[in-house]
Amino acid sequence: MSGFVGDWHALLILVLAGFIPNEAWRLAGLWLGGGVDEGSELLVWVRAVATAILAGVIAQILLQPPGALASVPDWLRYGAVAAGFCVFVATRRSIFSGVVCGEIVLLAGKGWLG
Amino acid sequence: MALPPLDSPQWQNSLCAFAWGMSSVASTVLTLVLFATYLGIGALAHDTHFSLGWVLASTLLVWAGPAQIILISTLGSGATVVQAAVAVTVSAVRLFPMVVSVLPMLRTSQTKRRHLVFATHFIAVTLWVECYRLLPQVPRGRRIAFVHGLGCGLLTVCLSATALGYGLAANLPQLFAAAILLLTPLAFLLSTARNCRQISDILALVLGLALYPLAATLHTGVDILISGISAGTIAYGVHWWRERA
Repeated sequence: MSGFVGDWHALLILVLAGFIPNEAWRLAGLWLGGGVDEGSELLVWVRAVATAILAGVIAQILLQPPGALASVPDWLRYGAVAAGFCVFVATRRSIFSGVVCGEIVLLAGKGWLG
Repeated sequence: MALPPLDSPQWQNSLCAFAWGMSSVASTVLTLVLFATYLGIGALAHDTHFSLGWVLASTLLVWAGPAQIILISTLGSGATVVQAAVAVTVSAVRLFPMVVSVLPMLRTSQTKRRHLVFATHFIAVTLWVECYRLLPQVPRGRRIAFVHGLGCGLLTVCLSATALGYGLAANLPQLFAAAILLLTPLAFLLSTARNCRQISDILALVLGLALYPLAATLHTGVDILISGISAGTIAYGVHWWRERA
């Protein structure tokens, strides 16, 4: 690949495998969500499904970690996230404290393992 | 930083609402998380031999961190375009219910669908979460402009981070890369947990986490969809049952 964007082939792959799969779902949501009432029961279900799918994405990254995260042992990944969550709860839902704590546990654990 | 009250003259025109949206980027810790995540995505793209322009275009066009990580790592590992597209499509399903639940907050009786196209593109986890937090403080007629501002602000941060990560890639230790990759699940989990308003949301989160490992044993390729729809529907069922009782 050469130049700033690389060849057109690479850009075409980006559109086909990256842009369209994401945008199609967004536009489908626009088509349906453009007409749903804010207080409707359908939205309660839709939000529950969105939350559960996102939970699935979270679980997938932890169970089948990508790239460098795979070099971290299972127990340390789960432990770091659990520690982050506990601190989040203890600090009255501070995302910042939870994220920082989870990361510290991961870094400390990895450092200790060497 | 606090937004002006709903009846303040500062909401009188769309440009001000856009500016308030953009400056709200500074009011959330999720901006930092996005920054670090996109540093990681830039570095990943560099290590997988994509060009800088390509990864910037992917941030602009795809605008969903996990989808970009999946896209770059599957293509980088030699998968075909079709395999990559399938993997990305499955992970992107979550955008559909997110858009459906955010758009009713943006609409007024005069809003046409085409007015929402731009805002729709910006919707991803961060915007979804921040809309629930911030939009009640924004007058309904100015919400679209506000979201445009918020989206453009976040996009600017992420494009800068992508370029920076791309440039720094060669100097990033593996430990740092692992820490960045952990940010996505950690921040997604905590921001979703903060977003939980009803029993159905909490149940959906817990069941979604618990059911995925079971669904993953099926190896269908759409495991996330299976666990997500079943967990979400069970959670809604409990909500429905409690409302009735």
